[in-house]
Amino acid sequence: MLDFGVIVSNFKFLIVQGLFGWGGFAGGTLRLAIPAIALGFVLGIFIGVARLARSRWINLPATLYVELIRGVPLVMVIFWIWFIVPQLLRLPIPEYGVALTAFVIFEAAYFGEIVRAGIQSVPRGQVEAATAVGLTAAQTMRFVVLPQAIRNMVPALVTQMIVLFKDTSLASIIGYVDLTKAAQIVNNREIKPFELYLFIAVVYFAFTYAMSRFARRFERRLTAA
Amino acid sequence: MNYQFNWSVLWSGQSGVWLLQGLITTVEISALAWVLAAALGILSGALRTVPWKLARALATFYVEFFRNVPLLVWMFFWYFGVPPLLPRAVQDWIFNHSAEFWAGMFALGVYHGARMSEIIRAGILSIPRTQFEAAMAMGLTTFQAYRLVIVPIALRLIVPPATNDSLNLLKNSSVALTISVAELTFQTRQIETYTAKAIEALTAGTVIYLVLCVGIAAIMARVERRFAIPGLIARGG
Repeated sequence: MLDFGVIVSNFKFLIVQGLFGWGGFAGGTLRLAIPAIALGFVLGIFIGVARLARSRWINLPATLYVELIRGVPLVMVIFWIWFIVPQLLRLPIPEYGVALTAFVIFEAAYFGEIVRAGIQSVPRGQVEAATAVGLTAAQTMRFVVLPQAIRNMVPALVTQMIVLFKDTSLASIIGYVDLTKAAQIVNNREIKPFELYLFIAVVYFAFTYAMSRFARRFERRLTAA
Repeated sequence: MNYQFNWSVLWSGQSGVWLLQGLITTVEISALAWVLAAALGILSGALRTVPWKLARALATFYVEFFRNVPLLVWMFFWYFGVPPLLPRAVQDWIFNHSAEFWAGMFALGVYHGARMSEIIRAGILSIPRTQFEAAMAMGLTTFQAYRLVIVPIALRLIVPPATNDSLNLLKNSSVALTISVAELTFQTRQIETYTAKAIEALTAGTVIYLVLCVGIAAIMARVERRFAIPGLIARGG
């Protein structure tokens, strides 16, 4: 019957290797999720700003990018990168590189929409005032609009970060050893699927729930300020 | 790049049939999962707003636990984890009746039910409290007030965000390929394996997903206009 000892005996592999990614070979949910969130957000800022650009040559490609990516499943994007990038560069790319590229490209479209909504939430008068005191368009964006926009974006951003954190489990499809793949590997040896998958469900839950709790506290502090 | 394009692989041989079968399976699993998600979402979304503490706690647990864990983990859990705990005869029966399809459908429906629940709860909370009080004053029970007043109004308010999440459900059905449900992404991979033409196969799958998503979004935009309640505008992401 149920035997949760399997988790204790494989704890080091599941958590140290699968979740954090410390140790011998490349892997780890957090080692993939943290750079993916950071890079996806940075690319998302550019896309969000580009969508609002006045020039059609800038906003049309950005809009097409967002609409295209948002109409396609993440699994499909991962397969695209997996097949296409090695063909283009003519050299084998490790799973980590493929997964990171796919997540950044995919999530940037969603982050871009959040950034766009955040920028649009800043009152027009702020831009006019910044122009009036002599800031250039780039300075206005950098010093006036973005700081306020980011503040308004925090709830949606954290939700998207949680989504991305969960999405990293799909990297296991191409063989990247994250928490999900680690559980699969242990299960192939021990055949304890119920215990193992329930355990990693609880681990994922602990992280995402903590993130959403933290976001709620942070939000309250921001509105108080 | 030294790649020889050969688009005819998409209509020669078996590819066309595979794509069509994949499309049908994707639509089937998504439609069934959507019905399950809507039922669970309406039920748990409504329970989270009722004045009964135990019901609220149970519904909150369901929503928080199921939507905060990756769909892929739920697929593995329902397909590999749960069946071995069932009696032998039941196990044999489900594995003879496309267990992967039903496990995938169940995982997708339960996961999206939790997300739908949040949307419906937000819709209910956006209805002025006086509606509920008026229903009570008319002599309706709490159950009747929800069934006849609160839920019907909420459902009309949440068309935009519910559409958005329904499209997410459709796209997420691709995760079912991990438990070997032969849906659209699975068939795309299969064409790639048989023809070694990755770009053509992936393009075909991508275009079908795009057409599905854009088509559904266009239809739902009309539904939204048709069901909008004048004076009550709820816009959501």
